[in-house]
Amino acid sequence: MKALILVGGFGTRLRPLTLTLPKPLVEFANKPMIQHQVEALAAAGVTNIVLAVNYRPEIMTKALKEYEEMYNVKIDFSVETEPLGTAGPLKLAESILGKDDTPFFVLNSDVICDYPFKQLADFHKAHGEEGTIVVTKVEEPSKYGVVVHKPNHASRIDRFVEKPVEFVGNRINAGIYILNTSVLKRIELRPTSIEQETFPAICKDGQLHSFDLEGFWMDVGQPKDFLSGTCLYLSSLSKRGSKQLTPVSESFVHGGNVLIDPTAKIGKNCRIGPNVTIGPGVVVGNGVRLQRCVLLENSRVKDHAWIKSTIVGWNSSVGKWARLENVTVLGDDVSIGDEIYVNGGSVLPHKSIKANVDSPAIIM
Amino acid sequence: MASLQPPSLRPKGSNSPSTKAVILVGGPSRGTRFRPLSMELPKPLFPVAGHPIIEHCLVAVAKVTEIKEVFIVGYYDETVFREFINYASNAFPQLSIKYLREYQALGTAGGLYHFRDVILKGRPERFFVLNADVCCSFPLLEMLKLFEDKEAEAVMLGTRVANEAASNFGCIVSDAHTKRVLHYVEKPESHISNLINCGVYLFSTECIFPAIRSAIKRRTERPRLLSYPSSENLESSFYQGEDDEDKENQVIRLEQDVLSDIADSKEFFVLETKDFWRQIKTAGSAVPANALYLMKAFQASSEELATPSANIIPPVFIHPSAHVDPTAKLGPNVSIGPRAHIGAGVRIKESIVLEDAEIKHDACVLYTIVGWHSKIGCWARVEGTPTPITSHTTSIIKNGVKVQSITILGKECGVGDEVRVQNCVCLPYKELKRDVANEVIM
Repeated sequence: MKALILVGGFGTRLRPLTLTLPKPLVEFANKPMIQHQVEALAAAGVTNIVLAVNYRPEIMTKALKEYEEMYNVKIDFSVETEPLGTAGPLKLAESILGKDDTPFFVLNSDVICDYPFKQLADFHKAHGEEGTIVVTKVEEPSKYGVVVHKPNHASRIDRFVEKPVEFVGNRINAGIYILNTSVLKRIELRPTSIEQETFPAICKDGQLHSFDLEGFWMDVGQPKDFLSGTCLYLSSLSKRGSKQLTPVSESFVHGGNVLIDPTAKIGKNCRIGPNVTIGPGVVVGNGVRLQRCVLLENSRVKDHAWIKSTIVGWNSSVGKWARLENVTVLGDDVSIGDEIYVNGGSVLPHKSIKANVDSPAIIM
Repeated sequence: MASLQPPSLRPKGSNSPSTKAVILVGGPSRGTRFRPLSMELPKPLFPVAGHPIIEHCLVAVAKVTEIKEVFIVGYYDETVFREFINYASNAFPQLSIKYLREYQALGTAGGLYHFRDVILKGRPERFFVLNADVCCSFPLLEMLKLFEDKEAEAVMLGTRVANEAASNFGCIVSDAHTKRVLHYVEKPESHISNLINCGVYLFSTECIFPAIRSAIKRRTERPRLLSYPSSENLESSFYQGEDDEDKENQVIRLEQDVLSDIADSKEFFVLETKDFWRQIKTAGSAVPANALYLMKAFQASSEELATPSANIIPPVFIHPSAHVDPTAKLGPNVSIGPRAHIGAGVRIKESIVLEDAEIKHDACVLYTIVGWHSKIGCWARVEGTPTPITSHTTSIIKNGVKVQSITILGKECGVGDEVRVQNCVCLPYKELKRDVANEVIM
């Protein structure tokens, strides 16, 4: 089987992290985003993966070589010279996606969930029509494009309603699809949207179905959602009794959902959790309080610091008695001085912060 | 000859002229600016650098060996200073310390005049007047030397401040060479001078009492022209002015009613101090005062201070009965009061922690006064904002709003675990369970 991952640009919404690495390589729960997806696709029997990008992908080639070996898959780049929207890249990759007549998966690289590729493929083959899109239930459908089914049919989609004022349903497009190769014929090689052009056309022919996603779903394209998505992912690991999580019997774990790389060092008298990920080579000092935060590789948190709702970038250091909160994001190699307070600061790489940031600001 | 005179009277022309000292403490109604701390303790008794504010004045007075008698003048109830005077009489055995109570606010000059018979007893030739709300090095011996060198009738202590700040104080125009005071005006609206009155004086008895008497006479004949606080006068415009009260009570103040006249007609000189000087007006100003007195003690190698170490950044005062965990990092400019309990991994900087306060592990306390019996939870952060050392105000503008730069927790306040409190004034007996910033918490 084949798959296409819509990566698009460098991921400006996830800056300042994506000033250093392209979004697919940013670690989500200690694993690059793209690795979560490659792993799940390979597990479902996918052997060919296309990454649709619109930047020079050199920086990613080394990592992807590793994944090719690790998961026994072939990964190709499809580089857009101009942005082709969400459907155009499928046409651009037609030679791979259409090389045989088995259906192919399409997914947005920002989406994190328990990828249900195997069940999705089974469901798709069972109904035998052109396309299936994964849908997820939301609490506030008025903020999204909502899927409306045909009367008296559980899965066949009738139409899409963008940001409905009145309630028409609570299932939204989750950004994961499985499509027959015939869909490629419907797409022209130009900037075009799969949601606004391709799907409505398949709908019209009654060939599009929905597949309900079990469990969590999150678009983690921006820092706030990246943190929320981390919480959902860790909760899911916890529910499944995953051995990856640090056991709650560990004295410093507070409230569970704590994922710590084995190479990280944790000091004495810390209180960590809930919802914390700590990357490789991270050093956490004594008396540190961490909750709802992400510490990326080789970062350092000094004694008595307090961190909440924050992403600490690679190689960054947080001073003693510093306090970070309210979606603070530190880029690569940022240094926060001792006793400094940062409220919602987005700090660009290689900066040194020596005065409080009292209200949300971008520190250039 | 001497034996023919009563023993308390000193012969004229003795080579050791008699000098006394008066410390003006004001009264409870003036304590409003020092809220919420004055709700528990009168300002003169509030501890900075481990000692009541007034004790720092006494220490300076005690260094002038010829002073044998000190009067504390104010309109607090007698009981207020009883315990302190008992303590001070033991600490300074060479001094006789008495409290003279005004039964109504008479003003700084009015109070002196009211007690003139007590002050003049034994015919002292001169006496110092110290305002208790002044924090400085009190160079009384230098003032005395200038007084004698110039055969002065009055000497006041002056200091230079930034031009913008000068109009909040009494401004002195002096002859740079002779140091004679040429002109004196209290809180001028326009710029006159950046040499300001420190509120510390040395008067000859023969000069000051007649000068006050004529000021009283003048006041009954024509009321004083009020000087209005200028718009830049941050602190007095923030709080209610005191002029109405003064009018009703026929208050005579040294600064407004007497000094200007002495400057016109008397041998009046100014000693300009290059050393630190701050007024202790608002509660927040106790933090810079604490810092200045601690630094002074540190420079004098005072044995009272905690020994510097990796976790003690001097100067730090820790009361012997306080418990400080060895992993807590304190300083600079921190005073820890009696029986206070400081937990493991706590950080305290530029702060005063009062009696019986408790600060739990890993909390961070910066630019703050922690009230008596207050409790701060683990990983809490209680902070004020540093103000420039040259600043004479304790408020700052944040997002266009004036807030107190020093965070103050009144008596028995509580800050929850991990809670953050910034630039707040918290009245007594309040529990802070959520993050708060830039507020007064009633």
